[in-house]
Amino acid sequence: MDLQTLTYLVVGASFALYIGIAIATRASSTGEFYVAGGGVHPVANGLATAADWMSAASFISMAGLIAFLGYDGSVYLMGWTGGYVLLALLLAPYLRKFGKFTVPEFIGDRYESQTARVVAVLCLIIISFTYVAGQMRGVGIVFSRFLEVPIGVGLLIGMAIVFVYAVLGGMKGITYTQVAQYCVLIFAYTVPAVFISFQVTGQPLPQLAMASTVEGTDGVPLLVRLDQVVTDLGFAAYTVGTKSRVDVFFITMALMIGTAGLPHVIVRFFTVPRVRDARMSAGWALLFIALLYTTAPAVGALARLNLTETIQHGAVFEEAANLRYEDRPDWFRTWEDTGLLEFTDKNGDGRIQYYDDTNAAFATEAARHGWAGNELRVDRDIIVLANPEIAGLPNWVIALVAAGGIAAALSTAAGLLLVISAAVSHDLLKGVFRPGISEGGELNAGRAATAVAILFAGYLGYNPPGFVAQVVALAFGLAAASLFPATLLGIFSLRVNKQGAIAGMLTGLVFTITYIVWFKGIFIEPMAPDTAEHWLFGISPEGIGSVGALLNFAVALGVSAMTPPPSDDVRGLVERIRVPN
Amino acid sequence: MRKTTYWQDNLRLVGLCLVVWFVASFGFGILGLDWLNQIEINGLQIGFWFAQQGSIYVFVALIFFYAWRMAKIDREHGVEED
Repeated sequence: MDLQTLTYLVVGASFALYIGIAIATRASSTGEFYVAGGGVHPVANGLATAADWMSAASFISMAGLIAFLGYDGSVYLMGWTGGYVLLALLLAPYLRKFGKFTVPEFIGDRYESQTARVVAVLCLIIISFTYVAGQMRGVGIVFSRFLEVPIGVGLLIGMAIVFVYAVLGGMKGITYTQVAQYCVLIFAYTVPAVFISFQVTGQPLPQLAMASTVEGTDGVPLLVRLDQVVTDLGFAAYTVGTKSRVDVFFITMALMIGTAGLPHVIVRFFTVPRVRDARMSAGWALLFIALLYTTAPAVGALARLNLTETIQHGAVFEEAANLRYEDRPDWFRTWEDTGLLEFTDKNGDGRIQYYDDTNAAFATEAARHGWAGNELRVDRDIIVLANPEIAGLPNWVIALVAAGGIAAALSTAAGLLLVISAAVSHDLLKGVFRPGISEGGELNAGRAATAVAILFAGYLGYNPPGFVAQVVALAFGLAAASLFPATLLGIFSLRVNKQGAIAGMLTGLVFTITYIVWFKGIFIEPMAPDTAEHWLFGISPEGIGSVGALLNFAVALGVSAMTPPPSDDVRGLVERIRVPN
Repeated sequence: MRKTTYWQDNLRLVGLCLVVWFVASFGFGILGLDWLNQIEINGLQIGFWFAQQGSIYVFVALIFFYAWRMAKIDREHGVEED
């Protein structure tokens, strides 16, 4: 069977599965729509959380990022997992005990303030839409490459599927669909990784590949070989990286705090029956996430080695050692068609020279050998998707990877759309504008809000704003600087009050947004070049959320100390959520 | 009286876990990277390993440890559910 038919079959089967589950588990009350009635088993919730969390970015982009960043890629590995420790220890059990539906609701009740609740809703909506746009782009890439339909058609199909199960099923439908999606995506990620790890190192377990030796060499370890191969071409050593230690520290911190402050992740812990389930469930979630996250660095290293050695298959500067463009493999051609892989024959020799031409010393040396600049542009997003083809794996593996990428994108999109609709129908409509609304009315409003959010997300996916990459920094920065500190202080401090929380959130928000816009220029031109010498203390915009969070904490505590303490009701609420029974 | 003690036990456990969390990631993977990288297993430097894989294993174990210890503290103070 040819690849395309097979892909249609596998992806179609997975869609049928998701829709079947959604119909079987549709929501019939607001409780089921927002938090699946609070009756999800902790292991099932762990699976759903893992699928919810692992987005198109984790599945499609992360290993590619690591492949090209090397050590610097560790910020994503540590940052996007370490946040779960904060979540499990500092937020999840207490928010479960609080026992309502949304994060803004907690902030509104704890600080006795509709203003605080609306500020929280605002942060939540900006964070979530930023994210959804990225997921939709992921769906578009997978569809256009593997199903060879235009991106717009791919998006429409994706939107229709999410529409069916998010609008019908609510959180209950989403939860069980996500369990299925986790199984699809982890299988799709692991199978090619095992094959490639075995091919290159003879070690089938990708987690151990980095400590293995490369087949066909005289026992040269993988990472030693990789460092050698890339530095020979002028690139930075794989295991060293180029970011400053300070920046790595702050980016990791911002991603961790941001992860713990992301509303679509927090809300998953509202769905389990008991406080102790919330604690265990965070452990299960991270275990399931870790299966992919400990595979990713191996995939990154193996793919970088494979790719580099395909192009440069012998000693550097020996003419015959560079791949002739005519001899390029099939996967090279198919990815060229998508524009994500580009070759420009700068020196007109018909061979591909792939090296770091920004490395002045190496570029001078290369020029002496007739190399006229780097001729290959590789979009990092293709690494995971092209990996099975590069390694020559059977077609069913490639079809599986397509289904996995779509599962990762759809599960995250659905989770995000649900928190957006809950914020609109529960926090804004019922909480602020129409407190008297009936349960049926709220449920319909929630469904309508989901539908509108899907249309808007589809629009963002089709016309991605030029600043998608920038807004990702913004999403984590905002979550870190606004929601996380306000929620944490609400639980661990009896003294922080309304004034403190609002002042803190606004300070964190304004500082973080200003810093990111200053260097990245969202809607306006950047005010300063985005380079280390211009950054505050050498912290890049990606890492500034940690400083924003610190400012939020400092301002919230300072302002609270100068204003009256919260009421006895709030004291009672905090003491109640601190104990499980 | 009892509730305060429960909360103190909780804070002590959380504090201990956060120290482990910080040391395994920021300590071994970033601040102490060069120092730990002196140790190698088959070309894999240990600091690099902590930054890319080791810290994640520690995080998983840490959350399960916390959940287990908290359940015990809940019972000791008679605040467990059901």
